[in-house]
Amino acid sequence: MNPTELANRAAALAQDAMALAAQARVVAETHVAPAAAAAEPFLLLLTIFLMACFVGYYVVWNVTPALHSPLMGVTNAISSVIVVGAMLATGLGESTAAKVFGFIAVTLASVNIFGGFAVTRRMLAMFKKKG
Amino acid sequence: MAHTLSTLAYLVASVLFILALRGLSHPETSRKGNTFGMVGMGIAVLATLLHPGMSFSGISLIVLGLLIGGSIGTYVAQKIEMTSLPQLVAAFHSLVGMAAVAVAAAAFYAPESFGILDARGHIKAGSLVEMSLGLAIGAITFSGSVIAFLKLDGRMSGAPITFKGQHLLNAALGALLLVLIISFVASGNPLLFWLIALLAFGLGFLLIIPIGGADMPVVVSMLNSYSGWAAAGIGFTVGNLLLIVTGALVGASGAILSYIMCKGMNRSIINVLLGGFGSDGGAAAAGGGGGDRPPVKAGSPEDAAYIMKNAQKIIIVPGYGMAVAQAQQVLREMAELLKKEGVDISYAIHPVAGRMPGHMNVLLAEANVPYEEVHELEEINPEFAEADVAFVIGANDVTNPAAKTDKSSPIYGMPILDVEKAKTVFFIKRGMASGYAGVDNELFFRPNTMMLFGDAKKVTQQIVQALQR
Repeated sequence: MNPTELANRAAALAQDAMALAAQARVVAETHVAPAAAAAEPFLLLLTIFLMACFVGYYVVWNVTPALHSPLMGVTNAISSVIVVGAMLATGLGESTAAKVFGFIAVTLASVNIFGGFAVTRRMLAMFKKKG
Repeated sequence: MAHTLSTLAYLVASVLFILALRGLSHPETSRKGNTFGMVGMGIAVLATLLHPGMSFSGISLIVLGLLIGGSIGTYVAQKIEMTSLPQLVAAFHSLVGMAAVAVAAAAFYAPESFGILDARGHIKAGSLVEMSLGLAIGAITFSGSVIAFLKLDGRMSGAPITFKGQHLLNAALGALLLVLIISFVASGNPLLFWLIALLAFGLGFLLIIPIGGADMPVVVSMLNSYSGWAAAGIGFTVGNLLLIVTGALVGASGAILSYIMCKGMNRSIINVLLGGFGSDGGAAAAGGGGGDRPPVKAGSPEDAAYIMKNAQKIIIVPGYGMAVAQAQQVLREMAELLKKEGVDISYAIHPVAGRMPGHMNVLLAEANVPYEEVHELEEINPEFAEADVAFVIGANDVTNPAAKTDKSSPIYGMPILDVEKAKTVFFIKRGMASGYAGVDNELFFRPNTMMLFGDAKKVTQQIVQALQR
């Protein structure tokens, strides 16, 4: 086997390997990827959701009962983070319906955001030390 | 790249929200916690505004909405009386519910904005499931909170509204809701979307009307929880991590508060939700003394002032009656005068005192009572035995020893404040009416109890005048 022959063979092999790889990629893209893409984001979101439930559970048990009203104020304000979804609908949506519903949601949620944080601030300002 | 940035911003905001809740573990750190929450929200809103592809008209609409909503919210929050706090929170919950409904509708009509379309241009089935859940929970939160608001604000009687077959009707409507959701997911029909919303609105209304006024702490906590789950449902629909995390935090928080409130009444959440418990509060009059009981001992504010001036340790037990009479300010004045006489003063708060969790603590804080003097039930109960006076103002059921001894009593098993162990017990009450649970309080008839009949604020004012003399 002379060097030229060897080089030719190697090149042919490399080409075969590349063709195989391309084939594998096509197979992977058409069969595996859609399934993974459909399942993975949901599972990922679900994982994050459950972890957040646990974090919430432990953090809230640590809240002193005296501050349960402010806790409701804060949770009320932060649950209005739904405003993010409303903003995306208003800003990215092309149909009038999306814009109208988005605008309504932005307005309602902002009442809550500003009102919730402001009333909590007022409450917390009252909790003072002795003297 | 821009996408990564906004995801990062959402992550930072979620962490800040967790820190906001963490701060509430102590009054000293709580103010910083609230600031964390505000910063987190600011970051989330800014990151969303800078999202690539936002149209100019869209951004203008958003800013307009933020301005209108923000001004209304700030104005209301500055003006509201602290006694009306439960109504305000209920009203705020209804807004979150309605916002969730609107976002679900927006996502339904503009699925392309959230990338929830499949290859054929239809909304993915999974997204339809999440959307209908967010929609249904949001709608229930809205109408349920409106009823809670009306009851708390006194625009609607606090008495439970019950009718025959109520639970059956609710169960049937719940099943129908499930059927609608399944067919909506299968067809994606807009008509079904609005039918789900309509039915869920009705269900929220029906679920809350049978629940009595004093059970409202549970209802308010529960609706708080629902508003969180609704946000999480919308978060799944639009695939937004921040919404999911925050929804979970709020949902968990409301669920824990509901649990604590139920435990404070020794009732299961099912029992509370089935409703029909209690009246408007003090409607069932016991008819003064009644039967073979000894007559009650009624005293004058001067007597009370004299006894308290000579006491060493007084524990004050405030209840919803104090809030109704707006007596917290004058109560604090009384405590100040007694402290000058060298009396040791502390306050005992029952978990379900007031109309929302922690309501009494806020009212006392508003009246400038230092938080170190205010104690929870487990903390203060052993101290009643050493107290000379237990001063009960506007509370009744939470002091009733029948909860410990009378197995047939509707409040049996409920943790109570052991006021009967104090040397003398004062009750400030309008009359001999029984409490919310409709049971007599045998404490009124004991020899070491003195009843001070009248409006809580007026009686306390008279005690203050007597102390100043």
